[in-house]
Amino acid sequence: MMAVVDSARKADESRVRAVTGLRERWSNLPYGWRISVLFAFIIFLYALPGLEIPLITTPDTDFTSVLFLCAVYVLVAVGLNVVIGLAGLLDLGYIGFYAVGAYTVAILGSPNSPVVVQFPWVVCVPIAIAVTMVSGVILGWPTLRLRGDYLAIVTLGFGEIIRVFALNSDITNGNRGITGVPVPSEGSWPEWMDWFPGITAGRPIFSVSNVIGFYWLAITLVFICMLGVRRLERSRVGRSWLAIREDEDAAEVMGVPTFKYKLWAFAIGAALGGLSGALFFSKQTFINAQGFDLFTSILWVAAVVIGGAGNQLGVALGAILLAYLPERFREFADYRLLIFGVALIVMTIFRPQGLLPSRRRKVELEDRAKEGAVGE
Amino acid sequence: MNFEFLGDNFMSLTVTGLTQGAIYALVALGYTLVYGVLRLINFAHSEVFMIGTFVTTIVWAGLGFGVGAAAPGTFGVLGLIALAVVAAGAASGGTALIVERVAYRPLRKRNAPSLIFLISAIGASVALFELVGALTDRQPRGMPSLVQPKVQFTIFGADITNLQIGIILSALAMLAGLDIFINRTRLGRGVRAVAQNPDVAALMGVNKDRVIMLIFILGGMMAGAASVLYDVKVGITTYSVGFLIGIKAFTAAVLGGIGNLRGALLGGLLLGIVENYGAGVFGNEWMDVVAFVMLVVVLLFRPTGLLGESLGRARA
Repeated sequence: MMAVVDSARKADESRVRAVTGLRERWSNLPYGWRISVLFAFIIFLYALPGLEIPLITTPDTDFTSVLFLCAVYVLVAVGLNVVIGLAGLLDLGYIGFYAVGAYTVAILGSPNSPVVVQFPWVVCVPIAIAVTMVSGVILGWPTLRLRGDYLAIVTLGFGEIIRVFALNSDITNGNRGITGVPVPSEGSWPEWMDWFPGITAGRPIFSVSNVIGFYWLAITLVFICMLGVRRLERSRVGRSWLAIREDEDAAEVMGVPTFKYKLWAFAIGAALGGLSGALFFSKQTFINAQGFDLFTSILWVAAVVIGGAGNQLGVALGAILLAYLPERFREFADYRLLIFGVALIVMTIFRPQGLLPSRRRKVELEDRAKEGAVGE
Repeated sequence: MNFEFLGDNFMSLTVTGLTQGAIYALVALGYTLVYGVLRLINFAHSEVFMIGTFVTTIVWAGLGFGVGAAAPGTFGVLGLIALAVVAAGAASGGTALIVERVAYRPLRKRNAPSLIFLISAIGASVALFELVGALTDRQPRGMPSLVQPKVQFTIFGADITNLQIGIILSALAMLAGLDIFINRTRLGRGVRAVAQNPDVAALMGVNKDRVIMLIFILGGMMAGAASVLYDVKVGITTYSVGFLIGIKAFTAAVLGGIGNLRGALLGGLLLGIVENYGAGVFGNEWMDVVAFVMLVVVLLFRPTGLLGESLGRARA
């Protein structure tokens, strides 16, 4: 009897501990304070390319390009978080959606693609999002009825199929790829933006050589998408996802249409992946099958889990680390993946909930650990 | 589309596919054993295979059979292969065991969800292949062609070489051996018991941890044997060789019904054959696409694979 009381008390304590700390203090701040701090942080992110902060800037590569890559990876992570972190579906071939989005924009917008239409970027991107959503549904429809482990291999196969298709098909120009992927706008910087370091009035806003425009566009999209996913997370849909993640059968019994919501998670995740692919390759202006290996896809999954699946800030942190660290530490280029692999193992052993865990997920893990201890 | 080619070369494509499939099947056993007992996709298994391919070349080179060395007589070749099987089996089995101890056991103690296991497995996989990549300067490593393919006989217009016969027969022999081990021996009974219900098996006096170590070693040894066959067949290896074979072997395991030993054999051979037919019809570059499309189609109609899963329940 005492043991039961004890364990109940301990469980309760761990829950209390999970919610106190930084998070508690943050939510205890007055509303005005929180808004101002958030606002200041967002301004800081926008200003980051202009601030030459020592130690943070990358010595060997253009810092703004690195920031842009981070932003794209964050967008990828936000999308992948919907699939893995919220709905608990393991998608190892997420890069397939990224590729579909990127290629849709390239094929519809480039003058050098086999398709003669040449839509502007603003038209291409919504089409690309729609196409990736549809591809998500097409992939999800047959496979989401399968058990989780099978989903992993089928999605992996999907990613590989997309890559092989891009490599060999005529519509993607095969390995030669497509040049002249459209940029968001042909406009140039106005006079009144001239004060910002790195911006020259009259130069094009979106160009490969000066990425500030792309970076600003990317983080704007990141903020919009994070806000949107956050709203979804706290809606009926989000609650269904969490229920499915924690116990699919129980959710089904409670009246959650699990298949429908899993399909939604897949489609929304796919759409975000497509958007990030479209964005990244607009900056590259060139696309071929080289950038879509499954290994990157697997690294993304690792980034999401390491950052803290289920928590948007966590997955963003994971994505930033994945994009930023290799660029910052070029001198360890040969060993960086080795270190990464070891770090993954160490992380899963000592901090399986991720760097910035989702509160609920952390409690789940602790519960499971306790069950395991009873079972041993 | 080139159905004429498929029709003309049906038998030879079949035999090539069987040869490739035999190697898939051997690697698939490792996935299936671990999955059957732990319900865990051992993603690092592809690297276990890769280590075997390297140990084989190292052993051969150490005995004076480096790149371009002339092959010794028939018995010499057989001896070299047997030696390589022992060495690669030991190295791969050892690697698998280390992966289990370092990456999985701490998580098992904590009853972690399968996603966490998967990340740890990915970590182990990346670490292993990067380690070998750094050690080999990311250069491919060659070896002598010990067996010159020689046509032994012809069936329906397909030339069957001694190499193909050797690979298929030795893979079948190893599979049969493993099957007997799991179904007939005391240790095998322990494996099946843990696969069926770990807790009850533990109550009945089966040492769970030892069984888990055993399946990792067995799977690793099969991968080691497969790596020798691969080396004899292909004659070159690199640090990244495991990735595609690993994915294919896992596909084969799922296709036959993961957790099912005979399923792994069936899945491996079928995958090898179908992807060769596919390559014949659509061209070589579409080989992998055919393999994965077949996987999706089979899973649609038989969601647990062709022979059904479970090492414990079905006849293993």
